[in-house]
Amino acid sequence: MEHRHLDALVTRSGRLAGAGAVVRRRLLVAVPVLAATSVGMFALGAASPVDPAKQYAGAAAFTATEENLAQIRANWGVDDPLPVQYLRWIGNLLQGDLGWSTSRHEPVASVLAARAGWTLLLIGVTLALVLVASLLLGALAAYRRGGFFDRALRTAAYAVESMPVFWLGLAAIAVFALALGWFPAGGLTDVTATSTSWADVAHHLILPVGVLAVSQAPWFVLFVRDAVAESMRDDHVVAARARGLPGRTVLFGHALRTALLPFLTLIGTHLPELVGGAVLVETVFSLPGLGAVTVAAALGSDFPLLAAITLVTTAVVLAANLVTDLAYAAADPRVRLDG
Amino acid sequence: MTRIRPTFRRLVASTAAAGMLVLAACSAPTTPDSPAGGATLVVATSDEPDALNPVLNFGVDGAALIFDGLVARDGDNRLVPGLATALPTVSPDGRTVTAKLRDGVQFHDGTTLSAADVAFTYQAVLDPKVDSTLRSDLDMVESVTAPDAATVVFRLRYPYAPFLQRLTLGIVPSKLLSGQDINTTGFNRKPIGTGPYKVESWTPGDRLVLTANERYFGGRPANNRVVVAFVADDNVRAQRMRAGEFDAAELPPKLASGFDADTTYRVQRVPTADYRGVMLPMGNPVLADPAVRRALNLAVDRAAMVSGILGGAGEPAFGPVPPTSEFADPSTVGTPTADATAAGALLDAAGWRPGSGGVRAKDGRPARFTLMYPATDTLRKDLALAVTADAKKIGIEVTPAGLTWDAIDPRMKSDALLMGYGTPYDPDFVSYKLFSSQFAGQGYFNPGSYRSEVTDRALQQGRDQIDPALRKVAYAQFQKQLAADVPWLFLTYLRHTYVLKSSVQGATPRVEAHEHGVANSIWWNIDTWTRS
Repeated sequence: MEHRHLDALVTRSGRLAGAGAVVRRRLLVAVPVLAATSVGMFALGAASPVDPAKQYAGAAAFTATEENLAQIRANWGVDDPLPVQYLRWIGNLLQGDLGWSTSRHEPVASVLAARAGWTLLLIGVTLALVLVASLLLGALAAYRRGGFFDRALRTAAYAVESMPVFWLGLAAIAVFALALGWFPAGGLTDVTATSTSWADVAHHLILPVGVLAVSQAPWFVLFVRDAVAESMRDDHVVAARARGLPGRTVLFGHALRTALLPFLTLIGTHLPELVGGAVLVETVFSLPGLGAVTVAAALGSDFPLLAAITLVTTAVVLAANLVTDLAYAAADPRVRLDG
Repeated sequence: MTRIRPTFRRLVASTAAAGMLVLAACSAPTTPDSPAGGATLVVATSDEPDALNPVLNFGVDGAALIFDGLVARDGDNRLVPGLATALPTVSPDGRTVTAKLRDGVQFHDGTTLSAADVAFTYQAVLDPKVDSTLRSDLDMVESVTAPDAATVVFRLRYPYAPFLQRLTLGIVPSKLLSGQDINTTGFNRKPIGTGPYKVESWTPGDRLVLTANERYFGGRPANNRVVVAFVADDNVRAQRMRAGEFDAAELPPKLASGFDADTTYRVQRVPTADYRGVMLPMGNPVLADPAVRRALNLAVDRAAMVSGILGGAGEPAFGPVPPTSEFADPSTVGTPTADATAAGALLDAAGWRPGSGGVRAKDGRPARFTLMYPATDTLRKDLALAVTADAKKIGIEVTPAGLTWDAIDPRMKSDALLMGYGTPYDPDFVSYKLFSSQFAGQGYFNPGSYRSEVTDRALQQGRDQIDPALRKVAYAQFQKQLAADVPWLFLTYLRHTYVLKSSVQGATPRVEAHEHGVANSIWWNIDTWTRS
């Protein structure tokens, strides 16, 4: 046992030999990508006709004099030429200062610190749930292709795929919060709670995570089901079956593993859609994540906040792609990173 | 191939473990946390403030819950002494206002309030380096000084009759804020005031938790805590209200009426000064004709708008001074239903003859114009469509256009616009800038460039004269002139609707302004609410 373990380790480290180089290469690419993204954000912002001072004033814009609003714009420096604004922003960023959010009236770093964690938690738990569920359900459906379970699962998947996340969320609240009273209808914690306890947060996250998972699952389930069904016809799986190995071993040991490889990379490409769904779910369940604040930042021409959120999202997607590539290499002997 | 197995297994195992963790957490019971006697009240609102600092325009019309002004407003919006011992006195020339402070009022941190804090608060608003949108409202203030610890003196550039109404601004402690950048200070998120509640915590995007100020000069609040939940989506707020999470919530009329039949709830429809109306620009060749404006004024069916669009939660509007105001002029009130015959006769007499396609025309110019509205505001969209339908009946073609404010701004001089605003406190506050010639064409102030010497004079007199009786005469003249010139098509006053648990006692609604959120909502006196 110990020997086998060692053996596996050696082989895997051999397979990941080029990993360091790949990471370095990806980082070299990531820097210009992130820089281009931030320049794009500022260019789009400059093209937007929105006056951030009027947005900030809200209804007070109807009573505030032009002079008053001009002073606020001058305080913020938002009337400065675009290159000046950008260089100031980059300069601060390099010193670790993400800037000042005009729409939330607090440092961008504080906005991110208060909210990014909840969004990441929502997405992380959902992704984990979706992966486990889709691997299990998809593989089982593929094993008895055309059977009752397969047909029921596919019907459900197509039905759910046609339902907007927003609608699913309101329906879940109507059933599980109002009619059955099992879960709270929204919020991060009980409204009267004095502290943020993990049990309380978990209880509040069940419905949002469930809704987001259900809304994202069809794509994953159908993919796994088709890929496993396909690989059930592969030579090595057919051979394994012919050798008389138990069905479970063939399904999870052989067929699913073959199907898993393309699945890994596709998770990375599906990530942005998951983020989009999370934004809507946060709105329905009044969760204080990045969702609502991103929309407010976009509407209020709050470039520093918008640029920071875009940068963080871009970085997460780049990192996810790198991780899936590394995982792919670790999982498939035919893929060599340094090749 | 078998060598992959450990990796794969570990992947499955770790994801399964994560899932199990969630499931385990799910089954854990939530810890009940409500103190005995229902001492925590929960209210829900859609708008979250971006700072809890009166200097930056938080709760400036009183009822800030965390702060107090020199004066406050009672249930009838009458001024009563707040931090001042009595209503401040105004010198005979109207340019010096003196306030005497109450003795021994303490801030939440235990320091004693002094006149220096009051002077500091107003000076901060006037400081150009501070991002305060309130500065325009205090244009008349030349200086604020504190000759001694209990006296505050305001020097005004010109006499300003409703000045005391501006003194509801919450007072902040100068010791904590002097020398700081008010725009970025941490005080904006964790403020210290003198009000009935202290800020316990603020989770942005989620809720604001307030605890009772035991030392409140107005008496200890009747409840221990108040939670203000921020729920932006109307439907979600209604659902969570129904799930029993809130004691009171602000809801749109149609969602609120869903609670009417349920005796565990009480729906409160609060009268407001919050009007909706169509601004008719003089720069539009069709609308420049007074006959067209008057005909439209006769043709709109205000009663139908109130019952249909507002679900009964409103009143017909005929001018910018709400019927609840002491300055309202009853003679300018018209009939709430449409009079298409009279409108048609007006247009006929002015030479607007029925033309092709049912659209009237005069001198080859068809009677048509564009009516803009902010696209995201469904109420204004519905009203714009109702105006369009009513105008069609008298041969005027209106093209409704849902736009963003940025697209609306440059077109306000020539296209009609569905506007909304209003305040119950004083007719000068909004109307002076909205209808004076001197503000013609300036941004949102008087975008339609309405000009009338009579109106200008009446507005100026209303502001200059201290005697309420003379002010009343001036504002009656102002309203009569507006009714004759029709620079705006006033449609409705809204009622702000709230749903309360029927177990909650002590809610006494007062006429509300356009803005209502954490402060100035039905929970303006929540420190006296109790639960049975």
